[in-house]
Amino acid sequence: MKLRLDKKDLKSFLQSLIDQYDLYAPVQLTEGVSVYKKIDRPGEVSLTLLNPQKPLKEIFFPQSEVMFDFEKVGKRNQVTSTEEVKKERVILGARPCDIQAISILDEIFLGKDYTDVYFLQKRKLTTIIGFSCNHPLSTCFCSSTGGSPFFREGADLFFIDLEEAFLVELLTEKGMAFQKNRFFKEADPKDISLAKEIEEKASTKGDASVPIERIEKRLNLMMESPFWDRVHEKCMGCRICTYLCPTCHCFDIVDEALNNRGHRVRNWDSCLSSLYSQETSGHNPRPSGRERTRQRLMHKFNYFPKNFGRVACVGCGRCILYCPVNFDIRQAIELTSPKGIKKEKAEVN
Amino acid sequence: MVVKKAYVETTDRMLRTLELGFLNEEDGRNFDFIPGQFCELSILGKGEAPFGIASSPTENGSLKFTINKAGVVTTALHHIEEGAEIGIRGPLGNGYPIDLFEGKNILVIGGGFAFTTLRSLIVYLLHPQNRSKVKNITVIYGARMPGLLLYREELLEWDKRHDLKIIVTVDWGDKDWKGKVGLVPNVLEEVAPSSENTCAVICGPPIMIKFTFPKLMALRFPNERIFTSLEKRMKCGFGKCGRCNIGHLYVCKDGPVFSYAQLGKLPRDY
Repeated sequence: MKLRLDKKDLKSFLQSLIDQYDLYAPVQLTEGVSVYKKIDRPGEVSLTLLNPQKPLKEIFFPQSEVMFDFEKVGKRNQVTSTEEVKKERVILGARPCDIQAISILDEIFLGKDYTDVYFLQKRKLTTIIGFSCNHPLSTCFCSSTGGSPFFREGADLFFIDLEEAFLVELLTEKGMAFQKNRFFKEADPKDISLAKEIEEKASTKGDASVPIERIEKRLNLMMESPFWDRVHEKCMGCRICTYLCPTCHCFDIVDEALNNRGHRVRNWDSCLSSLYSQETSGHNPRPSGRERTRQRLMHKFNYFPKNFGRVACVGCGRCILYCPVNFDIRQAIELTSPKGIKKEKAEVN
Repeated sequence: MVVKKAYVETTDRMLRTLELGFLNEEDGRNFDFIPGQFCELSILGKGEAPFGIASSPTENGSLKFTINKAGVVTTALHHIEEGAEIGIRGPLGNGYPIDLFEGKNILVIGGGFAFTTLRSLIVYLLHPQNRSKVKNITVIYGARMPGLLLYREELLEWDKRHDLKIIVTVDWGDKDWKGKVGLVPNVLEEVAPSSENTCAVICGPPIMIKFTFPKLMALRFPNERIFTSLEKRMKCGFGKCGRCNIGHLYVCKDGPVFSYAQLGKLPRDY
């Protein structure tokens, strides 16, 4: 179902969302620092941002999350679960790659074996309003990872920016609940054809040339390849790529306590840290950057596809954009392909 | 759970066994597990760590864990007093393939404090309800010194039984030691159990496994019938937090018990 939201009504629309829901949207905190944040005033929302620095996963899987509180009374333990999320939430302005990443997290946290209650309760109560990417960045490669700048899967509503207005598509049951929203008008056939034109133009921009097809098979043969000796060399293990990755989901569980009270917390963790796999005995199965970089790439492009039939990368480009040493995951992927190997050989000679 | 009994097992005082009772009887009745599975034990304020269950499902009403003092949580577990409460999550992991063992001879090879889940398995198999399900049981258990052997009283009891063969060996004996002296792989070679219709379960320090494996090969044990239990740093225990993967499998969820045939297909990332 297609509707239209005039831009002059955007502020009032946002206000109506704030009144009714917990609204989350991209916000510019300071120059260069942007996040998805709970919105109190419509003016806070920054829709010109393409992708906030911190990915959408934070809304469902916070960087640091209290799992329960505890208190020790003598020899007894008292445990209280943290308060459940009860209010419905709306996320506005998420880009297709970030939304696709949430469906990847669904596979993990809501997967076939065990359900993660902390993730589930937030996920259940959230409606996602996706935004089209009319002008993808040079680091974007969503079209290589099975998405596109207009990829709608995972979004409940989808907004296409038509300059003067948004074309609003209601895609799921959660989205259809907005059908009667007083700010939405019927879409004009002209709007629909304009949206189509913009979509066609943008779809040529999301880089589709990264050779991800058949990567799982190629990597099957590469576990002990000298490729890993070289590819990790410039990585200094700062781990920013994993923290800002919308699909990376590793976490650590720690107790934070003072005297007899405290809480058990889970925090984002990273496979690029040497402590991540370090065992108490001193043994570390991944002792150097070689094994750790291999774990990061193998997980995304070999282990994850084996378990879930898709790569755990959505091509958002954050790991390229924010890497302090310009490690480019696209190059690494290319170097696993016959074409990339040929190219590298030519460069060496 | 509540600590019903706690005692030091070994002369170096590094291994302590905790016997835990359920706070709620119904939880005790519902807690069903397979030998080889593990639990996350936690001391609030210190954290959580995984431990193999040392008791057998046939020993109702309590659970037993033997803990090696190594880090923050294990040290706290060494200091915890009888009557104190500790947290538990489990049972986790797959456990030993009990169904597959039916009708077969069982060879159990253990070294050092990795004997915990093997004790669970042996007690389970020796239970009158289960003993007839498997044929001969042979146990080879080694430690560095006599004082480092776990569950010594039980080892003596088992030695008296006629429905299992047990060989206990130490690397260095002392003046009171009358048993065997020798490394586990060499003892295995000497005992040379037949591999015919036999499953081998092996659990011990990596160095023992490394040298025992070729001996099993020489005895013509097929990879599909050799099982071992792996350890890795784990947190969540059900394949979400990420750190215990070997290739696409998670030790906490798909293991900790793997056959050598399975391990052969996985990357050497452990």
